[in-house]
Amino acid sequence: MAEATTNPAPNVGEKAHPPRPPAPITDPTHDNHIWARRSFLSLAGWGLFAGTVGVWATAGLRLMFPRVLFEPPSFFKAGFKADYAVGLVSEKYTPEWRVWIVNDEYDGVPQIYALIAICTHLGCTPRWLSLESKFKCPCHGSGYTKAGINFEGPAPRPLERAKIYIGDDGQIVVDKAVTYRWEKGEWGKPGSFLPA
Amino acid sequence: MELPNQQEVKKKVFESQLWRSIFRHSYQDNPRNRVLQVASNVWLHLHPVKMQRHAIRLSYTWCAGGLTFFFFLVTVATGVVLMFYYRPVGEYAFPDIQYLEFDIPFGMLMRNMHRWAAHGMVILVWVHMFRVFMTGSYKPPREFNWVVGVLLLTITLLLSFTGYLLPWDQLSIWAVTVGTNMARATPFAGHQGPFADQIAGLTGLVTPRYDARSMLLGGTQVGAPTLLRFYVLHCIGFPILGSALMILHFWRIRKDGGISGPL
Repeated sequence: MAEATTNPAPNVGEKAHPPRPPAPITDPTHDNHIWARRSFLSLAGWGLFAGTVGVWATAGLRLMFPRVLFEPPSFFKAGFKADYAVGLVSEKYTPEWRVWIVNDEYDGVPQIYALIAICTHLGCTPRWLSLESKFKCPCHGSGYTKAGINFEGPAPRPLERAKIYIGDDGQIVVDKAVTYRWEKGEWGKPGSFLPA
Repeated sequence: MELPNQQEVKKKVFESQLWRSIFRHSYQDNPRNRVLQVASNVWLHLHPVKMQRHAIRLSYTWCAGGLTFFFFLVTVATGVVLMFYYRPVGEYAFPDIQYLEFDIPFGMLMRNMHRWAAHGMVILVWVHMFRVFMTGSYKPPREFNWVVGVLLLTITLLLSFTGYLLPWDQLSIWAVTVGTNMARATPFAGHQGPFADQIAGLTGLVTPRYDARSMLLGGTQVGAPTLLRFYVLHCIGFPILGSALMILHFWRIRKDGGISGPL
């Protein structure tokens, strides 16, 4: 060892040197740098590790969302305006499409609107009780008026409306992918109803 | 024909290399040997070599944690048996359950053992939590093990929830419809939760098509992809995660000084 040759072993009786103050940092890489040069490889290694984990996590997350879903289409043709008598709730498309089509007055405007038959409490299918003129959910007892406004039970907000418009062939089209919510003031928007 | 000497046979068996390679220590009843027996056996070493007399008192622990683990083992054993017949595919899942229930010999027994052990696990994990709370066993130095226990409670409930969908009947489909609808309200990640509109406005993400709920469902409604996802989580994801946490949970009991004692 080079050190051993240049520094002779201290004698037993010799006074011990006082501890040296730390040498001032003269290495230019220590000045104005947020990390030391010596930690470059360590930081690069951790950076590579974090990057790899991040890329894999992102890929894994994206993989959970397929581009194509094999689900039924969101829209359907629902006949002609004349099929819906004033004041009635049509359950014709409820079994297959979970939608009621109602011809009634709302906000003073006679109109046809499509209510989605999904309870806003926890997603069960309410029933239309024509004698009591209300939608009633069998799961936890939420009730809605014919307009779809919640008035009893745990439902926190009214039923949602689906987009309803006249298609190219003159038939009514209902698109469940576009919804209109009462609490957002969307029930007056075009598409949320058909003027009867 | 002369029968071999019993002592000789005994000696031959118990001193054979095969026997000694598995069981290192004999059954001499002295403290040192008893410690060695426990410490050198992979199953026995899960128990402490020595424990406090109060720790084995049933009236103190009710053995609720141990019974929870026992029920977990029952669900693992019977669940693996059910996997031989059950297919997590939309067209097959419900008929397979009927096949198991009404035609496979002992299928009904296995399915119902799985079901009741799962119920028992959920009930006993609450009983265990209650006992730990009432005896103050969550206090330092055991506070971290309480946290691990809460995670295990969550895993237990998630195991039950994912298993609920697998019979693929009306009850399970609607139960999971209701359960996953709660994910709509996840902050940031659910399309009806807090901040969803802001994120959707900025990035176009967190819509009904891309949010926490659709990730669980594999679509926008409970369907065949949901069944497969829940099956994988039920049979692989949560059991492995739960087992890892159980190892940690049991290990920490030992490291935190064994089962808590009366003050």
